[in-house]
Amino acid sequence: MKDDSRAMLFGEDVVFGGVFRCSAGLLERFGKERVFNTPLSEQGIVGFAVGAAAMGYTPIAEIQFADYIYPAFDQIVNEAAKYRYRSGGAFNCGGLTIRTPYGAVGHGAHYHSQSPEAFFTHVPGIKVVMPSGPAEAKGLLLSAIRDPNPVVFFEAKMMYRTAVEEVPTGDYTIPLGKARLARPGTDITLVGWGQQMGVLERAASVVEQADGISCEVLDMRTLLPWDREAVEQSVNKTGRLLVSHEAPITSGFGAEIVAAITKRCFLRLEAPPVRICGYDTPFPLVYEPVYMPTEAKIVDAIQLTVKF
Amino acid sequence: MQISQRSFASAADEITVEVRPYKAHKIEPPSTTVTTNGEELLKFFKTMYQMRRMEIAADMLYKAKFIRGFCHLYDGQEAVLVGMEAAINWKDSIITSYRDHCTHIGRGGTMVQVMAELMGRQAGASKGMGGSMHMYHKAHNFYGGQGIVGAQIPVGAGLGFAHKYRKDGGVAFAMYGDGAANQGQKYEALNIAALWSLPVIFVCENNHYGMGTAEWRAAKSSSFYTRGDYSPGLKVDGMDVLAVKNAVAFAKKYALESGPIILEMDTYRYHGHSMSDPGSTYRTRDEISNMRQQRDPIEQVRKLLLDHKVVEAVELKKIEKALKKEVDQAVEEAKASPPPEDSMLWANIYKDTLGAHTRGLDSKIKVALR
Repeated sequence: MKDDSRAMLFGEDVVFGGVFRCSAGLLERFGKERVFNTPLSEQGIVGFAVGAAAMGYTPIAEIQFADYIYPAFDQIVNEAAKYRYRSGGAFNCGGLTIRTPYGAVGHGAHYHSQSPEAFFTHVPGIKVVMPSGPAEAKGLLLSAIRDPNPVVFFEAKMMYRTAVEEVPTGDYTIPLGKARLARPGTDITLVGWGQQMGVLERAASVVEQADGISCEVLDMRTLLPWDREAVEQSVNKTGRLLVSHEAPITSGFGAEIVAAITKRCFLRLEAPPVRICGYDTPFPLVYEPVYMPTEAKIVDAIQLTVKF
Repeated sequence: MQISQRSFASAADEITVEVRPYKAHKIEPPSTTVTTNGEELLKFFKTMYQMRRMEIAADMLYKAKFIRGFCHLYDGQEAVLVGMEAAINWKDSIITSYRDHCTHIGRGGTMVQVMAELMGRQAGASKGMGGSMHMYHKAHNFYGGQGIVGAQIPVGAGLGFAHKYRKDGGVAFAMYGDGAANQGQKYEALNIAALWSLPVIFVCENNHYGMGTAEWRAAKSSSFYTRGDYSPGLKVDGMDVLAVKNAVAFAKKYALESGPIILEMDTYRYHGHSMSDPGSTYRTRDEISNMRQQRDPIEQVRKLLLDHKVVEAVELKKIEKALKKEVDQAVEEAKASPPPEDSMLWANIYKDTLGAHTRGLDSKIKVALR
């Protein structure tokens, strides 16, 4: 916002910092013309942001919880994503970034826990970014804001209050569309994004110590476009693939990765690729621990896949 | 509220009360003279006091971590629901937002059902599967609390459609707050309801803050009773149970004859928006304490009961004590209820479970579900 005078931030209660204090202090630094509250109107917030972006501004719109993004779905899918294509390149809303907290938080139940990323990966014209930690969030968010395409940026809700990490000061960007090698290994490739990365890395440590299994862990960072080459390269080396996400398993983004990699690496695979994900249920209240793709479930799946 | 000078001692005797004038949009407002009696006033007092204590108990249970996650309290707004229920019956249907604990009580649900639901227990209103935002009482046409701001309003119009289609004489109440009043879907629902003359009463509980944002910062016009444009509306003193009762009876008659009407209830929530909001960063403590002193719905009824000599002050204290005990008992009973069966994780997603099964944390334990 310091470098781009056209950048503006708005959403429900963002002036006070928002529910998760993400925008705390921005009003004082950039003033109420650029940091402002909106009515509780998700469809309106995104529509307004698309319009501002089409006029050359850099709107950073917040949807308070990813669970509330559905009223804005039409604006994202039909307006934002297709603006460039349907106007023959005359218009675009590339300045648009939609930030929204997603994922389990321990007790959020049906409407404060969902991971709706897969819906948006089905929409050519937008990018979908899901950082896995504070430094990653900074680097990817700055890239998302500067990217000349509309970006939906899912922030890991659980990590707002749990993550502690050194974050680079000053201008710091991480390229979109490139995966991160979180942990090198040789026996199986574990793929995830967002707050699931911590779970995958812990599972990798467990099987290394218990079974001597060496896991290569990849953080996708961006789901649309996703870094096929990085996963392909890794699976060609390890011969095994596990993808894990919190969203329900059926039609989750894990399915896309498994399908694409099975085709690309078919003759190199030593075991069927496996997905450890949320169940096909609404996000449960008291049974969140059962629903979640936990470390224990991943450890179990790694062991079975390596023994296959 | 001005009290007439006559006084009565018998609970069944008629009491006449002048309520604050209604503001009206495209309709002749109802009379400000409301009749009641000692029996009814005492019932109002008890129900509102019970709701108040229940929400305070929920606050304490939340702080003690018996309730986790999201929890929105209703204390301060009791007169809206209690006045409404006094003017309608359980053939009429209600759908509301996430601030739904007291709606469940108003519809004849029990405190144990509310408390158990808050803690995610089997005895809860939705069997412990929903939590704070998801009370339901099908037998009494309470279509529940909804988690998404404004999403219940079009559903409420659908309920009205069903009442009309079935010719059952019922009306649907679509309840929402001043925050949700700016949602686009509200206007779509209103248009259809007006176009087809559906018996829908849109109840805007204006507690003046959509989460942490004051109504005037979020709405170009915060005269929500006028925002039905072509549909009539009334602004009602939502802190006065008698003003609400009178307005709702009027609105029900209108809705059955002519279609939708908006009732804006001028009310106030004492707690913050949710448990993560202390409720004091965007409004002053003076504002809250003035509201408690001058317009509290329970205190207004207490004054009527005493002025009309329906009961002695000491009687009311006894009632309060007994209700507090009832709340405590409900909390204990709810705590004793177990969490839902594991099989509930897969139940009620589809009519049948589609052969779903769950398993333990590793692949060796597999449990088939009914």
